[in-house]
Amino acid sequence: MNAVLKPSPQDDVIQVRNLVNRFGTQTVHEHLDLDVRRGEILGVVGGSGTGKSVLLRSIVGLRRPTSGQVHVFGQDLLSLPPEKRSQLERRFGVLFQNGALFSSLNIVENVAMPLIEHGGLTRPDAQTLAGVKLALAGLPAGAETKYPSELSGGMVKRAALARSLALDPEILFLDEPTAGLDPISAAAFDQLILTLRDALGLTVFLVTHDLDTLYTICDRVAVLSQKKVLVVGPLDEVAQYNDPWVQSYFHGPRGRAAEEAHEVK
Amino acid sequence: MATGSAQLDATLTPPRLRVAGDWTLAHYATLEKVVATTKALLSDSTAIDLSALGALDTAGASLLVNLLGAARLGDLATAEPTLPTAQRALLQTIGLAMADYQRPKPVRRQNSATEVLARIGGTMEHVWHQQRRLLGFIGLTLETLARTIVQPRSWRVTSLVAHVEQTGLDAVPIVALLTFMVGAVVAFLGSTVLADFGATIYTVDLVAFSFLREFGVLLTAILLAGRTASAFTAQIGSMKANEEIDAIRALGLDPMELLVLPRVLAMLASLPMLTFLAMMSGLVGGALVCALVLDIPPVMFVGLVKSDIGVRHFLVGIVKAPIFAFLIAVIGCLEGFKVSGSAESVGEHTTSAVVQSIFVVILLDAVAALFYMEMGW
Ligand SMILES: Nc1ncnc2c1ncn2[C@@H]1O[C@H](COP(=O)(O)OP(=O)(O)OP(=O)(O)O)[C@@H](O)[C@H]1O
Ligand SMILES: [Mg+2]
Repeated sequence: MNAVLKPSPQDDVIQVRNLVNRFGTQTVHEHLDLDVRRGEILGVVGGSGTGKSVLLRSIVGLRRPTSGQVHVFGQDLLSLPPEKRSQLERRFGVLFQNGALFSSLNIVENVAMPLIEHGGLTRPDAQTLAGVKLALAGLPAGAETKYPSELSGGMVKRAALARSLALDPEILFLDEPTAGLDPISAAAFDQLILTLRDALGLTVFLVTHDLDTLYTICDRVAVLSQKKVLVVGPLDEVAQYNDPWVQSYFHGPRGRAAEEAHEVK
Repeated sequence: MATGSAQLDATLTPPRLRVAGDWTLAHYATLEKVVATTKALLSDSTAIDLSALGALDTAGASLLVNLLGAARLGDLATAEPTLPTAQRALLQTIGLAMADYQRPKPVRRQNSATEVLARIGGTMEHVWHQQRRLLGFIGLTLETLARTIVQPRSWRVTSLVAHVEQTGLDAVPIVALLTFMVGAVVAFLGSTVLADFGATIYTVDLVAFSFLREFGVLLTAILLAGRTASAFTAQIGSMKANEEIDAIRALGLDPMELLVLPRVLAMLASLPMLTFLAMMSGLVGGALVCALVLDIPPVMFVGLVKSDIGVRHFLVGIVKAPIFAFLIAVIGCLEGFKVSGSAESVGEHTTSAVVQSIFVVILLDAVAALFYMEMGW
């Protein structure tokens, strides 16, 4: 069990080098570099359409980049043989921006599926555990047997979060997890991620527009702009970076409000 | 890594429960049994020792919370100074979550005889409702058609043309090929059976009659039911699942006018044309076999068709086409509107659209055949 605690020789669990992503003639990423360290919560921010979701998809191996390397746990997912790749993917939890719940399964079954397929649990055990995960994600009791099309937007987010947490992944990829949550739930969500990170040593890749989340839980922040990672570092350093977008993001009216709220605490 | 364990040492007073090893998802099945057997032995006074606890994840924590109970978790901080803060926080978070969560009650199953009866009843009622809905939808389509036809501004010409291309033009190769082959097969059959009577010349009549009156329209309709009704259902169904239909309504537009009419009209235009093509292609297939096997040259084939077969046979065949077209399109669209949000439902309704439209086509064709026979057409 000490393996988790020992300082590993490879401290960057995700390494992105020279990443280029193009859709037709549109270039989304141009020579993008990014490292994510083991056990950190990295907040990824950037304007709409700057390619945060595309970056996430490239890292988890859902999109073959136009060029460049992406290494996760020191391995290139896209060049691995299928079984090896599947083993590696089991150590990921991904929350997609639109939830991506399986529409023909109810929520408990959605969360139980990875537990049955990869965790080796029996169906009743998996469903019990899935219920706990759903409760952990803050889903109100009684919603477990509903189908995704019968859920509210925030409930979809929570159910998707529960599914991404199902296997206690080592790296958690979250695409705007707090969008559509009320502020109280969003704060509870922040606490949950912190607790899990501390207890399980998770690494979290968190795409967000939520300034409060950035101030509360992120160890480092990466700003995506001009087709690359413009700056990455602790929040207060990033906030000082001399770029018009960064300045108006962190020092605009909302940025200031979040900062003040954080300082009061 | 040591599998987690929980041992009760009853020799001490108060008895002491020693929790050790890794409590993780990998050992879930074993740990669950441990929890089930140990839990009964615990009393309020039992002391808990978590100092040998190894790795802990949310699965293990949920079992541990279950074993210890919410009350003991509250004073973990004082009772277990050696427990790392992170693990304590995890246990407490899970404890809080589980307090809110009730295990869903299993649904009680009815006895099988009543269940069978209930299902029969349910299905009958369902069929009845479906027929009523279909009638309603047909009415709605006709009403929309009547309303839009006098307002040229609301004609969706682009959409109509696109659908004519998809349902009509794109289906030309498959329809032509298929009916050509069936025409050849019918001619072969005719030549074999009629040879015994020395009447192989009537093979021409057999092919012409069957294709003009029945096969041309029937084969085309069945093909389009499989090809196009399913496409209509899948298109409209995924729009429904994606709330796009709701968006159309919310924009003050009419989904009937926007989605249904162009499809129905495209089908109405395509099926008769394809039927004509099917008839011709079937005749060509028949003529080819006649030329090769029966030595009836194509010129003679055409001559025989001209002299023996009246134009009414063509007419009674082709008038069925628009009726079939309307029903296939309407069933395809309606099934699309019945989709309810899940991918599975899209599949179910697509299947249902194909089955229903083929069924309706064959049923109507049989009724029409009876009717024509009685009328002596
Ligand atoms: N499959 C695709 N085909 C073509 N272009 C795409 C595709 N996926 C994304 N893009 C384009 O890539 C760009 C980046 O999209 P992406 O979804 O990563 O934005 P984002 O940073 O996540 O924005 P948001 O904050 O709004 O979610 C956009 O301009 C988008 O149009
Ligand atoms: Mg995005």
